[in-house]
Amino acid sequence: MKPASEPVIQSDEEVSVETREMKINMGPQHPSTHGVLRLVLDVDGEKVMKAESRVGYLHRGIEKLAEHGTYQQAITHIDRLDYISAITNEFAYCRTVEKLLGITVPERAEYIRTIVAEMQRISSHLLWLATHALDIGAMTVFLYTFRERETIMDLFEELTGARLNNNYMRIGGVSKDLSPFFIETLYKFCEEFPPHIEEYDTLIRENRIWYGRTKGVAVISAEEAVNWGLSGPTLRGSGVNWDVRKAEPYGVYDKVDWMVPLGEKGDVYDRYWIRVEELHQSNRIIQQCLDQLPDGPILVDHPKVVAPPKEKMNTEIESLIHQFKLVSEGIQVPQGEVYCATEVPKGELGFYAISDGRGRPYRLKIRAPSFVHLGAFNRLARDAYVADIIAIIGTIDIVLGESDR
Amino acid sequence: MADITLRQNEEAILEGLKDRLPDLAYTLERSCDQLALLVDKKDIVNVCATLKDLPAAKFDYLADLCGVDYLGKGETRYQVVYNLYSIPLNHRLRVKTNVGEDDCTVDSVSEIWKTANWHERELYDMFGINVVGHPDLRRILMPENWEGHPLRKDYPLKGKGQREDFSFVPENERQPTRKPEIESEDW
Amino acid sequence: MGLIEQRFEDNFVTTTVDSLINWARKSSIWPVTFGLACCAIEMMTTGSAHYDLDRMGVIFRASPRQSDLLIVAGTLTWKMASVLRRVYDQMPEPKYVISMGSCASCGGIFDTYSVVQGVDQVVPVDVYIPGCPPRPEALMYGIVKLQEKIAKQKYIRK
Repeated sequence: MKPASEPVIQSDEEVSVETREMKINMGPQHPSTHGVLRLVLDVDGEKVMKAESRVGYLHRGIEKLAEHGTYQQAITHIDRLDYISAITNEFAYCRTVEKLLGITVPERAEYIRTIVAEMQRISSHLLWLATHALDIGAMTVFLYTFRERETIMDLFEELTGARLNNNYMRIGGVSKDLSPFFIETLYKFCEEFPPHIEEYDTLIRENRIWYGRTKGVAVISAEEAVNWGLSGPTLRGSGVNWDVRKAEPYGVYDKVDWMVPLGEKGDVYDRYWIRVEELHQSNRIIQQCLDQLPDGPILVDHPKVVAPPKEKMNTEIESLIHQFKLVSEGIQVPQGEVYCATEVPKGELGFYAISDGRGRPYRLKIRAPSFVHLGAFNRLARDAYVADIIAIIGTIDIVLGESDR
Repeated sequence: MADITLRQNEEAILEGLKDRLPDLAYTLERSCDQLALLVDKKDIVNVCATLKDLPAAKFDYLADLCGVDYLGKGETRYQVVYNLYSIPLNHRLRVKTNVGEDDCTVDSVSEIWKTANWHERELYDMFGINVVGHPDLRRILMPENWEGHPLRKDYPLKGKGQREDFSFVPENERQPTRKPEIESEDW
Repeated sequence: MGLIEQRFEDNFVTTTVDSLINWARKSSIWPVTFGLACCAIEMMTTGSAHYDLDRMGVIFRASPRQSDLLIVAGTLTWKMASVLRRVYDQMPEPKYVISMGSCASCGGIFDTYSVVQGVDQVVPVDVYIPGCPPRPEALMYGIVKLQEKIAKQKYIRK
């Protein structure tokens, strides 16, 4: 702790009371900063006057790396942006490249993508709920939500072979088809999941401490939230009805029935409520997608984008050449540029890709929701107390890997 | 779909722009069904403010702001790209402006969209483009004392030697037990 | 054996000082939460009810001053490196370091300008765990390996 340079002196005729603002450093190694976030707080007593967030402690140069690899190779790095919801990142990236290429994905692949993206949303929101509640002081929620999260992780492992960084989607589809076991287990999970959400609710939703720590904290109006560029549940907490899945439908979100939960006051409690409601909605989406799941291929039939099947490569010289070209030169993407937004659990994840007609992106800008949300941190922390800072970090749902890229 | 809506509003937006800014010179670009407006650097703040205000445009949401380095590709080296979105009208538009190497500055739009503040800091950090009128222009992702701007095309992927120079201990004091003193207080 | 026969009360165990100290140390390893990136999530998972690290005596502490193990979980950047060193220096002896995941061990897939290519450039490492990210089982195996290492240490006569 260091005193600020200019002490504020309140002069009084008889007694002179000296008050002094203090600087408090929080992080980058702090258990509730959700990664390597550093905050420099100017506090006046318990009140936070200014909260400056400093990022960059996990800047890995993913944008630069993407410029040096082929389009397919970038998926590996994109996975590790928001490592809590890797599959939605892949979804966003693959959609961007597919837009540049001008190809459409087979219907079954779209369904599978939507299913896994919503599973990932559930797992991400569960982790958020666990850590958010843990930070505010409710430890038990952590133990309960991780139980369901493990089920989803096991399913991902069955499908993709990995728990966190799945590398599952391909440009032009997905890499593996759903097995009957997977579908059966997921059905079972979807049936059992809503009662589990009720179970979490009984732990905190009407708890007095939870009310006190979340109601009326970090209030932001709709207009201001838009101006600060907030997105996802953080924006919808203020009552702005905007969800990329509804506004610019992708996947099969326009073919299933679901709704966008909206908050009213724009405080921490509303945003908590929205994310819990989204768990219900994601569950509904998965169930409907499983019901409607059509048959068909899972990868687009386009030899310049997707490598031909192994049998063909062994028998046809043409397929072998395609495969060789794909591996050695990468996908040849026509010249152009595109901005493509996707609704990930944190908010709007946008990719702005520029292609100069070669096998690697000329520029890949990642618009990360966490980065933008952290930019608004000082505004959200206005009039907050030191203890509220933890609740605010939780409510904007940040992942530093994504913020720093 | 967002792009289709823009098609319907496109003429109204361009007319509105012409109405408010009669001297504005712009070029239209279209890529993957998305529209981009290339304007001159001096007009960028006016164009952005007008686009936010115009009833047919209503771009109240700055989705993204980034730089691109066209080293050896075009007349001017850098380009700054503003990806705008309108939540009430559900359409997107890209505004671009060229920034030369000799006058490597661009005007700040953080008065119009608060969210531009951090994006512009990143622009400065990664490309070294000075943002005029920015309230707090510092490095954001890289350490304060870092040299160079990593996303420039002439910056190597594996660093310009900073990695090798970086150490907590002066060379002559290094010991096998490795108990260095941390020099920099400003981490 | 004749020396100590009949000389003590019942329920006495004789052992060496080394094995007593080592037994105490290896059975209550308290790591500091130093989550950096993806691996931190798996580290959290390992601590959750499903994998339950507590049964091995491993309880995460928020302060380096109360811990004796530093699990470096994730990518270390140059900007973060001095913080890692400071946290390490704040820990009391005896202290151990586990480097969890490829990024921490060798930089992994991030061979770029801002990433430290292995945390052993900053702090001495006892156990390296490969994987991207390592599974919770892998982390537990790493901790068991560290326990084995602790069990072999000697204090009285080096």
